[in-house]
Amino acid sequence: MRRTIILVIYLYLCISVAGCKREQRQFTAPPATFKPYIVTMSEIQPGSAGPPAPMQNPSEQRAYDTNQGKQLFQQYNCSGCHFNGGGGIGPALMDAQWIYGSNPENIYDTIVEGRPNGMPSFRAKIPDDQVWKLVSYVRSLSGQLPKDVAPTRNDDMNARRSEQRTKREAPKQTSPGEIH
Amino acid sequence: MTEFRKTKLLTLAFGALGFLSSCGGIQNSINPAGPNADSLSRLWWLMFYVCTAVYVLVMIALVIAIRNGGRKSDLNPVLNPSPETETRKRNAVLSAVTATVVILFVFLIYSYSTGRALTADLAQKNGLSIELTGHQWWWEVRYNDVDASNIFTTANEIHIPVGVPVTFTLRGGDVIHSFWVPNLAGKKDLIPGKVATTWLQADKPGVYRGQCAEYCGLQHARMALWIVAEPQDQFNAWRQNQTQGSVPPATDSQRYGQQVFLSAPCVMCHTINGTRAGSNFGPNLTHVGSRNTIAAATLSNTREHLMQWIVNSQQFKPGNRMPQNNLGQTELDALVDYLQSLK
Repeated sequence: MRRTIILVIYLYLCISVAGCKREQRQFTAPPATFKPYIVTMSEIQPGSAGPPAPMQNPSEQRAYDTNQGKQLFQQYNCSGCHFNGGGGIGPALMDAQWIYGSNPENIYDTIVEGRPNGMPSFRAKIPDDQVWKLVSYVRSLSGQLPKDVAPTRNDDMNARRSEQRTKREAPKQTSPGEIH
Repeated sequence: MTEFRKTKLLTLAFGALGFLSSCGGIQNSINPAGPNADSLSRLWWLMFYVCTAVYVLVMIALVIAIRNGGRKSDLNPVLNPSPETETRKRNAVLSAVTATVVILFVFLIYSYSTGRALTADLAQKNGLSIELTGHQWWWEVRYNDVDASNIFTTANEIHIPVGVPVTFTLRGGDVIHSFWVPNLAGKKDLIPGKVATTWLQADKPGVYRGQCAEYCGLQHARMALWIVAEPQDQFNAWRQNQTQGSVPPATDSQRYGQQVFLSAPCVMCHTINGTRAGSNFGPNLTHVGSRNTIAAATLSNTREHLMQWIVNSQQFKPGNRMPQNNLGQTELDALVDYLQSLK
């Protein structure tokens, strides 16, 4: 009997530990840094150096950060063009179409450097940590994040279902002309 | 006196005090400061006095019924009705129903005619025209004028001249809000996609508090505004100042503060006329130093509040549309120096 109890407690602790990253949060923002993250535009490189390893976005494993990203998405008026992810002036973010890549580092670059035909460069305006939170949220819009990290509900009434309940769209590379 | 009676008496005394305290105040519809609110408060007092009289009469009738009813020897009036009591009962019911219908009709006609009178000559009010847009959670205020150079935009603090009717054009920016300054006028909704008009007039100079009166999201309670009613010459001076561009920075610190403003995220949402900052996602800050409060009448406009608001506004108004700004202390000091100089 005692053994079973100890075993149950042990298992419970193991499960709790597994959930640590999800709940990790920073209450005071780190000092604002604006590091230019360099993305290579081509995978071909002279010499023997391989392509850089895919970027790890620390916010992508934290539910708190992703929810912060959702707030930042409204606060920085991303919604002004992307309309809660549905697209309007700017392209939709909740579908499978990606013009400039669906990886975290691509989205980071899109926000910081801007893109042709309208996407402004937010370089030196949005601090690094907030950009990564936005990146995480943008990916959750089309269901790219695990369900335990994606935002579960909206602060206001909203026509679409929450990001957590969004079906994952398999990213497809699209050229700007194909977006209607 | 038992403990229970003491408590009851105390409660009553405090209740009466609370009632008395509601007779004055800067956000109170029965303390009218203009013709619009005056007719509304008259309607309110009529209803109050009539309902009080009705209540007192009903209570007296109840006490009489309880005292007389106890003495009746006949315990079964249903089975042994006397024709005399039957007639009295019928008369009592008939007169009560008649009185109720008459009173309700008086209320109906009076409130209908009050409502008509308030909106009747709206088109003829040509004193001052203000366009008010409700945002989550602040008020955008635009003073219209036939002369384009007199048009300006401010936020959350509306100055009006005393004794002049002011028409308001109301628009909803995102969700439904409602404009309500109890001392001056009744409520009017600001509905997205629809233009509504209302008017008010202040006959006494003073500062009156308005409040959003339609639930509009998390910070609905902290969406207030001030109406400052002042004599015409004071108002003209204020308006003259508001139509000007921003004051150029005078000291080194203010100059640095302006640079910080223009390079930090501030510039992405706010306007300061006379600089490159020209976005209207957030309140216009051209004359922010001249306002008494910030954040839709949530905080007094002091140096500490400005600093705390810029760094982390979410601690005062969780969910509001201003992101955290982690500026260094030197930058923050300079920025607040600059903002406070914008009189």
